[in-house]
Amino acid sequence: MPKYVIVGASAAGIGAVEAIREVDPTGTITVISDEECPQYSRPMISNLVSGKADFGKMMCREHEFWKKKGIQALTGRTAISLNLADKYVTIDKGDQVVFEKLLIATGGKPFVPKIEGSEKDGVFTFTTLSDAERLASKLEKAERAVVIGAGLIGVSVTEALVKRGLKVTMVELQDNILSLILDQTASEMVEDLIRKAGVKIATSQTVKRILGKPESDEVVGSAILTSGEQVKCDLVIIAIGVIPRIELVTGTNVKTNRGILVDKLMRTNVSDVYASGDVAEAYDFIYGENRLLPLWPLAQLEGKVAGYNMAGKKADYPGGTAMSSLKYFDIPIISIGITNPRDPDGYESLVKHEPEHNIYRKIVLKNNTIVGVTLVNDIERAGIIFHLMKNGVNVKKLKQELISDEFCLATLPRSLRRRLYPGEYK
Amino acid sequence: MKRIIVKEEHCIGCGLCEVYCTVQHSKSKDIIKAYNRENPRPISRVKLEVHKPVSFAIQCRHCEDAPCVAACLSGAMKKEDETGLVTHDSEQCIGCWTCIMVCPFSAIKMDSSGKVVSKCDLCAELEVPACVDNCPNGALVYKEVKS
Repeated sequence: MPKYVIVGASAAGIGAVEAIREVDPTGTITVISDEECPQYSRPMISNLVSGKADFGKMMCREHEFWKKKGIQALTGRTAISLNLADKYVTIDKGDQVVFEKLLIATGGKPFVPKIEGSEKDGVFTFTTLSDAERLASKLEKAERAVVIGAGLIGVSVTEALVKRGLKVTMVELQDNILSLILDQTASEMVEDLIRKAGVKIATSQTVKRILGKPESDEVVGSAILTSGEQVKCDLVIIAIGVIPRIELVTGTNVKTNRGILVDKLMRTNVSDVYASGDVAEAYDFIYGENRLLPLWPLAQLEGKVAGYNMAGKKADYPGGTAMSSLKYFDIPIISIGITNPRDPDGYESLVKHEPEHNIYRKIVLKNNTIVGVTLVNDIERAGIIFHLMKNGVNVKKLKQELISDEFCLATLPRSLRRRLYPGEYK
Repeated sequence: MKRIIVKEEHCIGCGLCEVYCTVQHSKSKDIIKAYNRENPRPISRVKLEVHKPVSFAIQCRHCEDAPCVAACLSGAMKKEDETGLVTHDSEQCIGCWTCIMVCPFSAIKMDSSGKVVSKCDLCAELEVPACVDNCPNGALVYKEVKS
């Protein structure tokens, strides 16, 4: 009987496999994934569309990864249901996989609102390799695209389409693009870049209807915005966001909110059942509560923590927070934590904006500790600031230094460095 | 395994570590050609951190539990089982800068091409890394440490 069963083989599943194997080199592991070759990097799928990466480069683990780790990889197979009392997973064709320890790492799926005409040929979502491959196969004949949603996925796919020569209109319900991770200043800097690349941005709008082509109603021909404007297009990409794929635990005793609830060891409320990655609500150390944070590096880390605990090595998830490193049209941007407090009361913002150099630095403080960072174009010291943030360091005496050009590790007083980097001062 | 130990009290802030690191990672291995002729220009993977009067050099610490490896989107950053080194495969790197965001030492830089990152490889082909070998005041020491 397989000792460990992991449903889902993307970032969290891979992290778990690697952690289990560190602790338990021989215990049987079965991985179930509905994808044929799941060990690719999902954040890179836009690079496949743009032509920047081929499939080989998108593999985040080698081709023989599962084999080398001694895994029974049930790829291209779908987990249908769970029986937690008798501890088995039912997969397609009625097969059952029994487990001692189970990790649910099923990830997220695109949120698709009801839009009239969304069943037409030429409407896509954009989260998996097969989404990217299907979209890429349509590009040769396409001239215009409408992207719904200007978050991380929407902007990535827009950039990829622009690089392939398409005319793109990006439609965003909020007043600014990337509004969840950037404040207005930073958002406008990115908007500027995107517009210069020839993209039309329609904010405070959405698509209410997708129409067909005059010659064939089944094929996307245009999109009608809430303003009434009709935008001609051959493709519509829905990139509004992802929601947890929790169907597998629906109707079981596993507790969920929007995602599966987990503790710091990545355990659900049911013994021997763990969850990690985009499907789980893990701890956010800035908000001080569990919430959905569908981000690749966090999924990988959560999976690793789950893997250690499943294999009997106690590990605590240190917590994550919203963190994104972007490179749209070659401008580097880093955004971490609360970058744009909704209610500014209680927050202090340290800002340095040099429009002439296209440089923007903003650090958001609460009670003299860092809760948010935005860096545009000069990101090289981001890691030190993030480290101060993770450790809840009081930066009262460092405020001006933090946003200065000269800020570096040597700026931190020696006593603070000793505390933050104990390994260096043994 | 051997690691570079930083002795900040001995650092005189001369920056020779950066110069020799740059040369070592150049195509020509010649200081004048490296600085004047090579394109893309090689960059130093060690950083001289200065906040007067404090200065010290810092390079990838090859962390036990390396955040850059855990966060890497493309699988380019790896922790080698045998040597414990954190290695970076620039062919696999997509330059997403996620590792720059999570390195607590800010020891990872963008390459001068702006397309991939670059970091200390402990001068794999040398017995003693160039920065250590050329530090005039013993502010960088290469020695065996416990894993």
